[in-house]
Amino acid sequence: MTTLPPTLPPTPGQTVGPFFHYALPYDGDRDLVAPGSAGAIRLRGTVYDGAGTPIPDALIEIWQADPDGSVVQQPGSLRRDGWTFTGFGRASTARDGTYGFSTLTPGPTEEGAAAFFAVTVFARGLLNRLFTRAYLPDDVDALAADALLRSVPESRRGTLVATRDEQGLCFDIRLQGEDETVFLRFPGH
Amino acid sequence: MTTPAPSHGGALASQADISMEIAAAETVYQRAGIEETQPRLDYPPYRSSLLRHPTKDLHHADPETIERWAPCFGHRDVDPLEADLTIQHGGEPIGERMVVAGRVLDGEGRPVRHQLVEIWQANAGGRYVHKRDQHPAPLDPNFTGVGRCLTDADGSYRFQTIKPGPYPWKNHHNAWRPAHIHFSLFGTDFTQRMVTQMYFPGDPLFALDPIYQSITDAKARERLVAAYDHELTSHEWATGYRWDIVLTGSQRTHMEEEGDDA
Repeated sequence: MTTLPPTLPPTPGQTVGPFFHYALPYDGDRDLVAPGSAGAIRLRGTVYDGAGTPIPDALIEIWQADPDGSVVQQPGSLRRDGWTFTGFGRASTARDGTYGFSTLTPGPTEEGAAAFFAVTVFARGLLNRLFTRAYLPDDVDALAADALLRSVPESRRGTLVATRDEQGLCFDIRLQGEDETVFLRFPGH
Repeated sequence: MTTPAPSHGGALASQADISMEIAAAETVYQRAGIEETQPRLDYPPYRSSLLRHPTKDLHHADPETIERWAPCFGHRDVDPLEADLTIQHGGEPIGERMVVAGRVLDGEGRPVRHQLVEIWQANAGGRYVHKRDQHPAPLDPNFTGVGRCLTDADGSYRFQTIKPGPYPWKNHHNAWRPAHIHFSLFGTDFTQRMVTQMYFPGDPLFALDPIYQSITDAKARERLVAAYDHELTSHEWATGYRWDIVLTGSQRTHMEEEGDDA
């Protein structure tokens, strides 16, 4: 892959602050597909601070492939038509720090690759957004072969993998502390 | 980093305490001599960050397929009227009417075309339409303070709004945020996603504000300050501010880019 070196210094980020709730959330933001519709799964979790206290003013975004592993380039995330899967969703945390999406299972984007949700985290008190991944737990061989997971110490690898229970997928996010989620730095950051 | 230990609980810190912590952090940064372009995540003068920053280094990752693409937004998502924050109600909002315009570019200077820009801000009195904002300044029935637009083929965006006021917050005693507009941005790659704040030139609160100062590099901080632009100012109507935004470098190959021209 060829990339040109950046020539312009980037604009710095800043915290999303406490007052995003009347601006960033929108109707249908967390429902990439209607809950209960064919193929719909639930992805949910709780966002915690370093004291283990749930964070009630965080915002989580996901961006994912469709079930075939294709990258979707369809508009309509802000005004969903009920039929078009756009691959993007946004969910603010509730007072108990929980967030939840109704979506489809992302497929692996390449043969044999481990499927994951790309995740961004914003919160009051968090001075810049954080990136992470929520891997599907099911394909053990793909997870074992995944380049990113292999590069993470085994003791922390689990923070990147969602768990599955009767309600669907669960992916808790810990900004700080013993089980701190692995957050990512991409080239150029 | 060796910042003075912040006081936990009890009485709020004074501005002098916070200013001392800010100065200490900047001194340490300057001595280290390694250029930073982003805010510190671990920045004790901003008290809310104490328990909300990762303590471990961010882990290097090479972006994979999905991360080298971004969500796509189109005209079905955004009404062009959403770019005018002064016409969302029955009457004219109070305050200094102004235009904020600029371009969204990637790290190579290429325009980020047809992509979503979202903004939100306080009104002219420094009050947000948010139930958690208890600042006893008046709400303006003619101003909500939320806007959206899509960049054009040149990466340009343009909003018409009201200049926001500074407002108090509870980080420390007599703490005031410099006037700002929150911006939410997408690039061509998901890895370029960011949220930031645009400020106004010459604000006397800059030196006192731990959120602005969390960017310890003075040149980097100044990239958040818009420029007054008389070309954008219109006769007997509105003042104009220009602010260009540079996202981090795109990782997408040029081959992938060619298929992206729909």
